[in-house]
Amino acid sequence: MLAPDAHPTLPANLIACHECDLLQTEPQLAPGETARCARCKAFLARNPPDSIDRTLALTLCAAILYLLANVYPLVGLEMQGRRVEVTLLEAVQVLWRDGMGPVAALVFVTALLFPVLELLMILLVLVPLRLGRVSPKLAAFFRLVRSVQPWGMTEVFLLGMLVSLVKLSHLAHVILGTAFWAMAGLILALTLAGRAFDTRLLWQTPLAAERP
Amino acid sequence: MNAFHANPHLTARQAGLMSCHICAQLAHLPDGDRHHLRCPRCGAPMHMRKPASISTTWALVIAAVLLYIPANLLPMMVTASLMGSQEDTIMSGVVFLWQSGSWPLAAVVFFASVMVPLLKIIALIYLTASVQRRSRQNLLQRARLYRMVEFVGRWSMLDIYVITILVALVHFQGLAIIQAGPAAVAFGAVVVLTMFAAMSFDPRLIWDPLTDTEALTHD
Repeated sequence: MLAPDAHPTLPANLIACHECDLLQTEPQLAPGETARCARCKAFLARNPPDSIDRTLALTLCAAILYLLANVYPLVGLEMQGRRVEVTLLEAVQVLWRDGMGPVAALVFVTALLFPVLELLMILLVLVPLRLGRVSPKLAAFFRLVRSVQPWGMTEVFLLGMLVSLVKLSHLAHVILGTAFWAMAGLILALTLAGRAFDTRLLWQTPLAAERP
Repeated sequence: MNAFHANPHLTARQAGLMSCHICAQLAHLPDGDRHHLRCPRCGAPMHMRKPASISTTWALVIAAVLLYIPANLLPMMVTASLMGSQEDTIMSGVVFLWQSGSWPLAAVVFFASVMVPLLKIIALIYLTASVQRRSRQNLLQRARLYRMVEFVGRWSMLDIYVITILVALVHFQGLAIIQAGPAAVAFGAVVVLTMFAAMSFDPRLIWDPLTDTEALTHD
């Protein structure tokens, strides 16, 4: 374990680039400004205005859209008066029953499970932060957000849906369901929430609270 | 930090510091036990560099290369109807889209399902090999290439989702049945393996030869 007095000896604005390890002082950012590494140009930090409020609003919006995207049918086919519609979970179930277990699991995890985990973890971190009740336990949830984030692929799923509908459009009339539009909104809300969230707040607030 | 102001090109490792990959907190490398270090601020495990980065990346890339072959040769989709059954590989799916007149989508699928996995594998091989040779050339280009590999990798999942929707929708119709072929499993594995490979690659290794004047241990 590191000695507990290991960090206060370093200047607070000294950071190392996470992609090339170069030590540099983090510049004071005006609202909306972005800091990049002096050597490798990697993204270092952004100062989004009203970070917590905006992220919270967008994440709550995304959570509602996520519910809609899973309750309503995504897409449908209409052929000779018959209408077939399918929700995301039904699509996964069909794959599973067809003996495509690994593929069904991959779709379930990347299109259903990880997006909702990401939303829940962001809310679990943001709501206490907004209420000013910061505890060290938040860090664990945030670490989970970071490890889950690359595996949520809603936007790729949406494009996949469009491709499959074009493939079927010569067979039958295709219908875009409510969930399709909800998912499009979900992607937008999640992207904007990601841009609005200043992760530094998470680490600076507990430190400020520790001071007597 | 006097040492920092004296040398603006100092890396954290040269200064005996390591940064937390979650919260970016800097911490001194202790003298004694260097294993199982944890971030003093957020509690995440800390490493000077990602552990066994080069060998892990190689292992995952080689596995992805091997699975890329069945992913492209075996059928991705099997369509059974009254007229008989038809098997489609990833490439024949692209050709079908092209011939049916939706060439923008054909281009998208070709790019996401054929080009991206292939270019990603080639890029990862180049990055890992150049890092292993401790190359000092094209540093900025390689850093950018790594960022691109990380960003674009997820889009290869496209074909997996296409087949999911096709199978589900046509299944209910009763006229024809579409089933996912064995290539779907192999292809999904390629996407997951290359994503893990990109995650296990440590981009700081690209820049390390620049500051390594004497032999430093990788830990």
